[in-house]
Amino acid sequence: MGDGAGEKPFVVFDRVQKSYDGETLVVKDLNLGIGKGEFLTMLGPSGSGKTTCLMMLAGFETATHGEIRLGEKPINNIPPHRRGIGMVFQNYALFPHMTVAENLAFPLQVRKTPKAEIEAKVRRALDMVQMGAFGGRRPAQLSGGQQQRVAVARALVFDPELVLMDEPLGALDKQLREQMQYEIKHIHDSLGVTVVYVTHDQAEALTMSDRVAVFNDGVIQQLSPPQVLYERPMTSFVAQFIGENNKLAGRVKAIEDGEALVEIDGGGFSRALAVNCGDAGSRTQLSIRPERVTVGESNLPNRAEARVQELIYLGDHIRCRMSVLGYEDFVVKVPNTPGHAHLAAGETTTVAWHTEDCRALDAA
Amino acid sequence: MTDATLGGPSRAPSREEQAAMAEKSEGGVMLAADGTPLKLSLARSLRRKRLRAFLLVLPLLAFVLLTFIAPIADMLFRSVENQIIPDNMPRTVAALEEWDPAESELPPDAAFEALVLDMVEMEAAKSHTRVGSRLNYEQSGMSGLFRKTGRRADRVEGDYRAGLIAIDEEWGERQTWTTLKNFSGAYTLGYFLSAVDMTYGETGEIVAKPELQQIYMFLFERTLWLSLAITGTTLLLGYPIAYLLANLPMRTSNLLLILVLLPFWTSLLVRTSSWIVILQQQGVLNDTLVALGLIDDQNRLSLIFNQTGTIVAMTHILLPFMILPLYSVMKTIPPSYVRAAKSLGATNWTAFWRVYFPQSIPGIGAGAILVFILSIGYYITPELVGGTSGVFISNRIAYHISSSLNWGLAAALAVILLIAVMGLYWLYDRIVGIDNVKLG
Ligand SMILES: Nc1ncnc2c1ncn2[C@@H]1O[C@H](COP(=O)(O)OP(=O)(O)OP(=O)(O)O)[C@@H](O)[C@H]1O
Ligand SMILES: [Mg+2]
Repeated sequence: MGDGAGEKPFVVFDRVQKSYDGETLVVKDLNLGIGKGEFLTMLGPSGSGKTTCLMMLAGFETATHGEIRLGEKPINNIPPHRRGIGMVFQNYALFPHMTVAENLAFPLQVRKTPKAEIEAKVRRALDMVQMGAFGGRRPAQLSGGQQQRVAVARALVFDPELVLMDEPLGALDKQLREQMQYEIKHIHDSLGVTVVYVTHDQAEALTMSDRVAVFNDGVIQQLSPPQVLYERPMTSFVAQFIGENNKLAGRVKAIEDGEALVEIDGGGFSRALAVNCGDAGSRTQLSIRPERVTVGESNLPNRAEARVQELIYLGDHIRCRMSVLGYEDFVVKVPNTPGHAHLAAGETTTVAWHTEDCRALDAA
Repeated sequence: MTDATLGGPSRAPSREEQAAMAEKSEGGVMLAADGTPLKLSLARSLRRKRLRAFLLVLPLLAFVLLTFIAPIADMLFRSVENQIIPDNMPRTVAALEEWDPAESELPPDAAFEALVLDMVEMEAAKSHTRVGSRLNYEQSGMSGLFRKTGRRADRVEGDYRAGLIAIDEEWGERQTWTTLKNFSGAYTLGYFLSAVDMTYGETGEIVAKPELQQIYMFLFERTLWLSLAITGTTLLLGYPIAYLLANLPMRTSNLLLILVLLPFWTSLLVRTSSWIVILQQQGVLNDTLVALGLIDDQNRLSLIFNQTGTIVAMTHILLPFMILPLYSVMKTIPPSYVRAAKSLGATNWTAFWRVYFPQSIPGIGAGAILVFILSIGYYITPELVGGTSGVFISNRIAYHISSSLNWGLAAALAVILLIAVMGLYWLYDRIVGIDNVKLG
């Protein structure tokens, strides 16, 4: 599983732009390299241009500017059916007038594969998704999860090197979605195929991917492995979009050794990692994960007074909404362990955090 | 989740409550709370609903029954009804019952006597001309014969046979009497025989009409064939348009849809007449072709008042009926199917033919049935632009209803047309499946 950096990337977006109406750019200057065998997820809010990128890669939309390369070859002028890219659509797009087996045979038939080989490949692909018994059924006679499996099998049956999936699990309920995530990931691992996956479910992105590209407004905000994305967000958008996040707006007072001293608008100071903030005097936004905040007396460098607003019992931990330095929605996750401080609403206490858990990002 | 996290005691219905809600009696019948069988109380609660629904459709039902079903039933009944003969000539009908035209040339004397007596009575009631007209449909000359005989019947005495033959020699012909005998019943197959170019022969057997008088089978055939041709041309022209409409952005497609519907805003007559202006020998199209030197002045194309005219004008008029069902079906085919096909390696053509086209078949079925059934009964356009070679069976039906007043024959033709349409419908159901038809 490549991280895409070392070897030569298999798929390359080179300064790609896309506009539908000639007025606004839906994709702005996209540069992205995807390694062979990688599972890359495009994650982002609705309308951020994920599907558009996928469609350009599949050949259903043309890039207004820039070049897309597949295995070193520019594919801008190759029609979709000659790109050999498997694709799973959000609504599955199984052909309703064909049986499951006919659906799977279709890509092989158009490639003029011999009959016996078609049969063997179809059977193997169906077995791979545990749908061997359903070859004779019509798609309408299958449940959503089963249709999903067939769609995955169909996209893989002709052994493409690259498979695109556009929110393939969007229509499934939570439990089934988690099971399918596991199955898709498993298939990816065993076949070694390159997957570009689109979702706006961050949990899905984090659990499945080798790397995640977070999109916002046609721009990749950050391209990192999941744990980096969560623990070391580079922009305030990513910090906000992935997981829960406390944000404190302020102004940089001084920077030394990669550490910034920030004066928070609500009063008080905090030291933070100078990740993505300007020089002294520029505005910034601090990002602190709720589980990295300590409640009660401690000798951590950054401390602030907090008033408990609300407590929500969640079994393994207690979500505690506090007002800190003038921010009403400061969330702290207090582990439900014996001996841990028990808080009550209205109580005043102290919160504190390590400097390296507090990231000074762009002021969004 | 447990009760504790919910914060309140969870409450399942107790045993007694369940028992009260629906009980299983000893016979195994489900009982409602008040002890009546569950089925019964369900039916009772549904009855009000049904009654309401029925009352809602009642006005329309009455309207349709009164103005549509009843006249049609009456019309169909006319295709076999022949009450006029037994009503007006009861004696003759009785006297002819024994006679077998195959055995003896002419009926017995009693029949001649009965005819004279009936004729005198009919003359007094002034009904002999109507009976004559009725029989004239079956054998020309009957109308005149009856009028002539009616005038002189009261003077015939003694030898009725000689007296009648003296009035007109026709009474000495076997055919005259065979016709009378064949149409003496209260119901007759005669109209249907005429409608399929058959008739009763001299001795009462069913024979084909002389070649020159055969016209209806030919017209049926032409009607079917032209309707099929029109269905084909509308499909050929309509399919690409519907495809375009279904795949354009909403705003543009709505605009174009209005253009498709535009013809409905002008009168059918105006549209048909404008085709005359365009297609006639001195019309716009021929003039243009001559001016361009593509044909010479002597050999102008005859494009109207023949089958070509009928096909062109009716294709134009019926096109929307093909486009609309096609459009509404194509609109429901998500573009992702064709995209999926292409991503799987299908060329544009394969993707269309193997994935898109099969899914548009319900639209083709609906459009084709609509256009075919409309055109098979079309009347006004073939009448105006069909000339003699482009008229339909419906033009003949209209002729018999309004000009020749032979309603029985018109009804028989209509019944045959109806049966033919239903037969084709059945065939379509067998081959394509009627549940494959989608109007939207
Ligand atoms: N065919 C099109 N014509 C015009 N504009 C389009 C078209 N398709 C997408 N857009 C616009 O491009 C932008 C990006 O759309 P895109 O479908 O790529 O978003 P997305 O990230 O896939 O969103 P979602 O998560 O909702 O699927 C949106 O503002 C959308 O309105
Ligand atoms: Mg999308």
